[in-house]
Amino acid sequence: MKLWKTILTAAALVLATGASALAARDLVIGITLEPPHLDPTAGAAAAIDEVLYANVFEGLTRIGPNGEVLPDLAESWMISDDGKVYTFKLHTGVKFHDGTDFNADDVKFSLDRARADNSVNAQKGLFAAIDTVEVVDPATVKITLKNPQSSFLYNMGWGDAVIVAPETADTNKEKPVGTGPFRFQNWAKGSSITLIKSDTYWGAPVSLDKAEFRIVPDAAAAVPALLSGDIQAFPFFPDPDSVAQIKDDPRFKVVIGATEGETILSINNKKPPFDKLQVRQAISFALDRKAIIDGASAGLGVPIGSHMSPANKAYVDLTGLYPHNVEKAKELLKEAGLENGFKATLKLPPPPYARLGGEIIASQLRDVGIDLQIVPVEWAQWLDQVFTKKDYDLTIVSHTEPNDIDIYSRKDYYFNYDNPTFDKIIADLSLTSDEAKRMTLLGEAQKILADDAVVGFLYELPKAGVWDAKLEGFWENAPIQANDLTKVKWTE
Amino acid sequence: MTAYLLKRLAIALITLVLASMVVFAVLEIIPGDPARLMLGLNASADQVELLRNQMGLNAPLALRYLHWAGGLLSLDFGRSYTYSVPVIDLVRERVVVSLPLALIALALSTIIAVPVGLFSAGRHGRAGDTIAMGAAQLGVAVPNFWFALMLIYLFAVWLRLVPSGGFPGWSAGVWPALKSLILPAIALALPQAAILARVTRSALIEVLNEDYIRTARAKGLPFRAVLWRHALRNAMIPVLTILGLQFAFLLAGTIIIENVFYLPGLGRLVFQAITQRDLIVVESVVMLLVAAVIAVNLLVDLSYAVVDPRLRSRQ
Repeated sequence: MKLWKTILTAAALVLATGASALAARDLVIGITLEPPHLDPTAGAAAAIDEVLYANVFEGLTRIGPNGEVLPDLAESWMISDDGKVYTFKLHTGVKFHDGTDFNADDVKFSLDRARADNSVNAQKGLFAAIDTVEVVDPATVKITLKNPQSSFLYNMGWGDAVIVAPETADTNKEKPVGTGPFRFQNWAKGSSITLIKSDTYWGAPVSLDKAEFRIVPDAAAAVPALLSGDIQAFPFFPDPDSVAQIKDDPRFKVVIGATEGETILSINNKKPPFDKLQVRQAISFALDRKAIIDGASAGLGVPIGSHMSPANKAYVDLTGLYPHNVEKAKELLKEAGLENGFKATLKLPPPPYARLGGEIIASQLRDVGIDLQIVPVEWAQWLDQVFTKKDYDLTIVSHTEPNDIDIYSRKDYYFNYDNPTFDKIIADLSLTSDEAKRMTLLGEAQKILADDAVVGFLYELPKAGVWDAKLEGFWENAPIQANDLTKVKWTE
Repeated sequence: MTAYLLKRLAIALITLVLASMVVFAVLEIIPGDPARLMLGLNASADQVELLRNQMGLNAPLALRYLHWAGGLLSLDFGRSYTYSVPVIDLVRERVVVSLPLALIALALSTIIAVPVGLFSAGRHGRAGDTIAMGAAQLGVAVPNFWFALMLIYLFAVWLRLVPSGGFPGWSAGVWPALKSLILPAIALALPQAAILARVTRSALIEVLNEDYIRTARAKGLPFRAVLWRHALRNAMIPVLTILGLQFAFLLAGTIIIENVFYLPGLGRLVFQAITQRDLIVVESVVMLLVAAVIAVNLLVDLSYAVVDPRLRSRQ
């Protein structure tokens, strides 16, 4: 027995020293989903931005770690008094990774391409306000809007608005060429994507020499991958239940931050009996957010009372409006003429927050007499049946787009919610650039959604980041879904 | 013999054609629009329609089937919707992971199962047999993804002998590549070995009750020689049948195992393609797997004739 142990330990030592021969400026990062391709301007998949945003591709502006708008390829800008003309001053001496120069023509090309009639940019709405893009000189671009748009600078910071070169735009899906501090090296499909430091970068050089994004689809495989040292960081750790276990391990750092993902129990507002305000309010009273957060996100989520992240400046705390109250819920159902309760379906997409949360919500609603039949669906089915055809009663989903309270004013959106007062506020908001007025309007918008109990507001999806304790510079929060590696470094 | 061969071939071809129709139809019926999936929640209906046209999804069903099936005949498997590269390139990258994995697993399960079966049959009803079959029962019952995780914790996390997952590619060298296939192959092989061992044992026990075995024993051959030379060869037919069926199970089992070990194999490709509604990839890869399974079964049919000369003359 003793001999065995000695042999095993010796073997382990030999192999372990081999494994730790990793160069100190290399990093292997775990991601859950593989991007379908590598062009941020041609797809909605968050996995594309998780690899390329800020690392390989840059825009006129960019979004910072706390959701703020920062200058990027544009070093500064001027806005006309009527708020319609933006003049961007661009950085000079910037090169694309293929060696060609970046200038104002590339900006015009990229924006015109994204908003063209035949464009399949997944966030085409970001460019809807643009009227013309003019090249003033190689380092100056003038963008004229059809009407003032307060979120324009923020919009230009999305991954879908990055600047690409005309020569390489069509091949970015396979071989992305941008202006960022890392350039693309290799994509072993199904396995990993490797970026290496760019020697020609215009800005502050990055500390890492090489970053490999390794695709780990199974949440259960994430912990052993970390423990064995094969992967040194999971900025979006997929297994919340294991967070407690890793927290106690001094080799790792665990950081719980906020995302822009409002996790909600969506309600089909036109379908009886959900068209009655009392019924929707009864659902809100029936929900026990704490139990849902404990069960579906290992207690890490932050409760919300309307469609706004608690990390956002404009956040108003409305969680007290519908405290968990079974009696009140039953009363409201009685007022709606449904004292005997009713049956409905709850369609659940695959993420654990939906599947686990769904079970808990179904049992909470059963307590007030609403009998839910759970229907698990795949994403493709969810998009088809729920989102496009609006064939559903209730569903659970996390709306991860930042600053997306305007979805409640969209015509034909799957909530089937229609409130002219709310629409008016959103329309005003887009024309208002005064910060204080915007906060007031956003506060009113949140209040209306909560009063109308449009959906059941549950919690803000947490971001659990786990990485080697010797690493620093990762984002704590996720104002957008990205893994910005520009400040990441090994401390020893 | 020729007639036997021709009949088998004809059956294989008809199966392929029927399978292609079923695969195509099933994938058309399941809900989900690949274009909407690619564009996400913020894209307008017009834009989705535009992309559907670009992807050729708006052509009539029958036309698309004929186009696809015709392509298969000339070994053109089409282009992936999501990756926008030829499907055959994707398959080529993946098959170099999945095929070695399945073959190693198959070899491992045979190497484990046949001796265990022989051992158990030789000690029919005694303690050794009971223990071996008890272990086999456990092997069948344990889910392979759980077993895989236990292997990872033991050999990758604790002992650090092998990586916890991933595949460095054959270009990184044969040994590093093989090293990352060892644990998945064991995880795949063990439940299969358990089944195969039970089948081998029962087939042997049945054969051992035959008259000619008694004759062989009576003429003074030692039991070991009877078991290996006379019994095993006659017990091969059910064993080969199971082995052929297991190849199909191994291909399917790789979907789970390749996820747990994050290996870029065919199983992962199909799994990803289904969730992304990359229909053309699913259809083409499933057809390839169907063809592989049919080919293996054909080989098994032919091997009966090799093992058992009576099958050759009967035709």
